Amino acid sequence: MKLVIKTVVKPGSTRANKTGAWRSFMPVFDHKLCSKCGICAIYCPEGIVNKLENGYFEPDYEYCKGCGICANECPKKAIVMVLEGK
Amino acid sequence: MRKNMVVVEGSYAVAHAVKVCRPNVISAYPITPQTHIVEDLAQFVADGDMNCEYMNVESEFSAISALIGASAAGARTYSSTTSQGLALMHEVLFNASGMRLPIVMTVVNRALSAPINIWNDQQDSISQRDTGWIQLYAEDVQESADMTPQIYKLAEDEDVLLPAMSCMDGFILSHVYEPVILLEQSLTDEFLPAYNPEFVLDPKNPMSFGAFADPSTYTEFRYKQEKAMGVALKKIEEIANEFKDIYGRYYGGLIDGYVLDDAQIVIIAMGSIIGTIKDTIDELRKEGESVGLLKVRSFRPFPTEAIRKSLKNARVIITLDKNISIGKNEGALCTEIKACLYNTDNRVPVIGFMLGHGGRDIPIHMIKKIINKAKLVEKGIFVESEFADLREDLA
Amino acid sequence: MSLLKPGHRGCAGCCDALAGKFMLDALGEDVIVVSPTGCLEVFTTPYPESAWGVPWVHSLFENAAAVASGVEAALKALGKKNNTKVVAIGGDGATLDIGLQAISGAFERGHDITYICVDNEAYMNTGIQRSGATPLYASTTTSPAGKVSIGNPQHKKNMPAIMAAHGSPYVATASIAYAPDMMKKVKKAAQVKGPTYVHVHAPCCTGWKFEGSKTIEVGRLAVETAMWPLYEMENGEITGVRKIKNRKPVEEYLKVQGRFKHLFGKEDKTEDIKKIQAIADWNAKHFGLE
Repeated sequence: MKLVIKTVVKPGSTRANKTGAWRSFMPVFDHKLCSKCGICAIYCPEGIVNKLENGYFEPDYEYCKGCGICANECPKKAIVMVLEGK
Repeated sequence: MRKNMVVVEGSYAVAHAVKVCRPNVISAYPITPQTHIVEDLAQFVADGDMNCEYMNVESEFSAISALIGASAAGARTYSSTTSQGLALMHEVLFNASGMRLPIVMTVVNRALSAPINIWNDQQDSISQRDTGWIQLYAEDVQESADMTPQIYKLAEDEDVLLPAMSCMDGFILSHVYEPVILLEQSLTDEFLPAYNPEFVLDPKNPMSFGAFADPSTYTEFRYKQEKAMGVALKKIEEIANEFKDIYGRYYGGLIDGYVLDDAQIVIIAMGSIIGTIKDTIDELRKEGESVGLLKVRSFRPFPTEAIRKSLKNARVIITLDKNISIGKNEGALCTEIKACLYNTDNRVPVIGFMLGHGGRDIPIHMIKKIINKAKLVEKGIFVESEFADLREDLA
Repeated sequence: MSLLKPGHRGCAGCCDALAGKFMLDALGEDVIVVSPTGCLEVFTTPYPESAWGVPWVHSLFENAAAVASGVEAALKALGKKNNTKVVAIGGDGATLDIGLQAISGAFERGHDITYICVDNEAYMNTGIQRSGATPLYASTTTSPAGKVSIGNPQHKKNMPAIMAAHGSPYVATASIAYAPDMMKKVKKAAQVKGPTYVHVHAPCCTGWKFEGSKTIEVGRLAVETAMWPLYEMENGEITGVRKIKNRKPVEEYLKVQGRFKHLFGKEDKTEDIKKIQAIADWNAKHFGLE
């Protein structure tokens, strides 16, 4: 990797780092309970809860750190943190 | 040539030189004896003679920090400082060099506190020699002015891209009135192209400047800075010659010699003291003394090869330092000259004299006294380094 | 996708990441961001990666406001300012302690910049040390609760008031727990010409010692107890306030944070908690929150 002078770095290149490997718990989204309010997407610190075409939401598990904010904030309790199996 | 000369204050000549280099952003903070430079620049701006942003900042730390932001955004930048101000900038100097931003600063050399003293010595810039900034030292007012466009061209060279300080002795050069030729705008536009960096802060092409580098990547940044200094060694000579072709004046490249080639006693020095030494040598040569001068113009990058080549016939070398590394009992030039000659066959005695601290005057008879001490070396009397101008009544 | 890209090294539940995200989402691509040293800077830019999808520069710890001044001056000098917003975003330590001189100078000079302080109430990146923004009695590593200490003995430095006193045309407080409100204020601050300031409350799960999932909940409690009043000041006058229905007692906010747990131990600290309640009461009265 050629060193770029000025410590200049290309934008968004952290995407190479898949932080999904960090988590112990993973959020499971139940669309049946979901009211499509979007609060989960707003308050995700990684910005990886994405709106699907049908208006429901789904996290990108490659980056989800399992912090649990989405589950804690969901007004419909539609998100549950589940211990991830090996 | 004389027709084009005007008698102006040294600071004015430098401010005028900065003006014709067309900087985009200037940051200013008052500190004696550089203040006249930024005051003159302020007047140029107030009269509409300069098209730039002039920032009156709240400290030298912010003066240089603002230029980091401005340079990263693609501006040609300028500030001027001295002594305590330069010391306050210490942290940012490393930062500017590591980020490879070609910021240009005039350092009007002044002694450092404590004790507080506003007069000339070179402790301030010498203390910053490890920061990764280019350092050039001017001999007189004309050279101080001439150095300005040269140092911009050098710093902004795409294979250099290092910040640079142009050093001139405080009061001696900043406040003296000398006849000089003010740099012509048309010649400067020809000599110095607009600053056009490859990477800038630009929403159309976003980049991140100033990431953190862990042990696996940090060393190579330092290596690249060092390589850039190596390129600067060549460019300093080239640029000085280009300047001579366009403006007709030459003050040396990395170094300059004055009746040096056959000299058996060689004095090595930097800055305004060069003028006094030249006068001393003229007198001594009339008396048949074999004495010559090596002027070091570029202190960083240090011109090892050039210096080694120039000292072929020397039997004794004297270094004069207007600075001291306390605890080593030597000035920086002395240490670095000795180091430069160590691994060569030319290991003639080098004796170091520290003088002129806090602006103490250096008259011709003092230089002669020093040269006489050099003659004692041949008799086996060798004092490696000493204060040349110590007052016995106060010591 | 947000302009703050994933893959950054922020803690799970990180408040700074949320602040950065909301700022970028509010302002869009036409910005240049300046960060001082701190959590946000460090975890977004481990060489050779960067999470920033916009131009971004980091210099040193105490000079973000000065660097931002220089960026703004350069854009003006080069005729490139157009609608590009110059925004500085940094932590409380970098802003109101070591960076106070720089931000004071920048605001006094009147640069067209917006400064966003992400206030997690301590020097978090270096391991949770006390800053000028650490609230009364919070336990940090350099103001720890102990046998003869009740934690940080000083009151929080009132930074919004200081910036308003500089003549800033727009000063606001916000919270990452109230994202739409924060984004509205950031957008407004960027649109107002001149130096504007938004002070954002950012509950840090690692430093305040609570579970990462509760970040937003803790932020809400701070507002609902009046410990963190949400208001706007324009040209020094309070012009917008978020009122509180049924203000909660401060215990509800303090209890959920490990940094205040020494107030709820075996020794009776009722008198000390009353002092904290007094701060909330003062906020409610001074800003007309009820």
